[in-house]
Amino acid sequence: MRFFEYEAREVVKRAGIPVTDFGFTTDPGEAREIAQRIGGPTVIKSQVLTGGRMKAGGVKFADTPEEAEAYARDILALEINGHMPRGVLVDPKAEVEQEYYAGVVWDGTRKQPVMIFSPVGGIDIEQVAEEQPDKVGRKHFSNILPFGDFEAKEVIASTGVTGSALNKLTPIVARLAKLFVENDMTLAEINPLGRLKDGSFVALDAHMDIENEARGRHKKLLKDLGVGDEETRQAREATPFELAGEAVDSQDHRGVAGNVTEFDGNLGLVIGAGGGSLTLFDAVRAHGGQPANYCEIGGNPSVSKTCGLAKLVLQKPGVDKIAVMMSIVSNTRVDIVARGVIKACLELGHDPAEKIAIFRIPGAWEEEGFKILEKYGVEYADRSVSLNEAARRAVEKIQGTTAASETGAPGLIPGGHT
Amino acid sequence: MRKDGTFIAVEVADETAADAALATKLTEACPVDIFATADGGKLEIVEKNLDECVLCRLCMDAVGGRGPDLVKILKLYDDGAVLV
Repeated sequence: MRFFEYEAREVVKRAGIPVTDFGFTTDPGEAREIAQRIGGPTVIKSQVLTGGRMKAGGVKFADTPEEAEAYARDILALEINGHMPRGVLVDPKAEVEQEYYAGVVWDGTRKQPVMIFSPVGGIDIEQVAEEQPDKVGRKHFSNILPFGDFEAKEVIASTGVTGSALNKLTPIVARLAKLFVENDMTLAEINPLGRLKDGSFVALDAHMDIENEARGRHKKLLKDLGVGDEETRQAREATPFELAGEAVDSQDHRGVAGNVTEFDGNLGLVIGAGGGSLTLFDAVRAHGGQPANYCEIGGNPSVSKTCGLAKLVLQKPGVDKIAVMMSIVSNTRVDIVARGVIKACLELGHDPAEKIAIFRIPGAWEEEGFKILEKYGVEYADRSVSLNEAARRAVEKIQGTTAASETGAPGLIPGGHT
Repeated sequence: MRKDGTFIAVEVADETAADAALATKLTEACPVDIFATADGGKLEIVEKNLDECVLCRLCMDAVGGRGPDLVKILKLYDDGAVLV
């Protein structure tokens, strides 16, 4: 979940990192009052969860409080990339000698946070990494063991920063790393981190993302920031199909059968298991298939929950067939999933053998599962068939059906266990 | 009494169903709530939960190891094979 800039700045401030004397408001008159309090030129910034606000006119520089009010009024009415602003941030226009970059992101491959520092800030760090790679320092650190400030010092020093700047930057980067871990963040970035004329440093902008699943652990922080439970802050609002998926998953405590994302293809997916859903989704697309949805199933969901998910996918307009595929499962039972998806077909009046393009879930209780599939004539694959091959067969089958329905010829039925 | 789901059927001997003590044991034992106890202490089979049966045999243990005699779990997808 992404924070607005004014919220991210508040988080930075609470961590003891110096920030400017900014103010947030939704009222142009109050923007003038904040500018008056600041007592000098100000920057008025639109608070939207999208990029490109400078280009869109969402950031303006005001010399007087009256200008600040007028700009705030304009910006509050300005839609940027389909987003209306939450408010405006009124910030002192700082006299900056040099702009730096400090950030921490979650490295999903290493499963560790990585600290990134550059003495070249104010622009995208990706651009700096490409054009001046020696000016970007990186260092992974543990999110379990206590963080040592020396780790921050090392990464800053690796970019050539020395002396007083190094000493002043070290606690800032160390605090950023600590707040990242303490708040279960996936991104904590200060850009630019400005060095002022007096040699002090101040955070001039901040971007932060908190892990969605960790929201429950940070209720106080979210409450303090005024973030409501209903605010998902996803890239887009959930569709009715996706909300229905959530309802299916929350119907009982057993396992997972949900986390549905809507796409517009014709092959419904009931997929999951230890990263299997992502792998399978990609495999379907790689073979030219058009998924109707993404979803996650695992942890031994109940028959009714599996049935609910399969029904939801089967009823999605445009879905011709479903593919039921998982990695080899240990804590999910093959027979339970088989019962759920077959029951969904039956309750909707479909022949499971026609509607299920392939069932590829090997693992716990597979003998029972395969008996069920055989009884209903559903094509299934055991562990000797890879996820990739299973996805290929599903795509081939649905494309055969599509071709057949276009030509009036019978659908292609590839070989398998039936 | 017997009730059938799509995949699972459960058959309970009449004397077992009428035995309040056994009915309570069965109700407590089943992890997916296939059994319930009616007001008079008589056993009821909850039809909507039949297909949730995880073949755990706890109901058969609950009747003192006389499982297939007093409580039968039948796998309808396997020609009605009785769980033993």
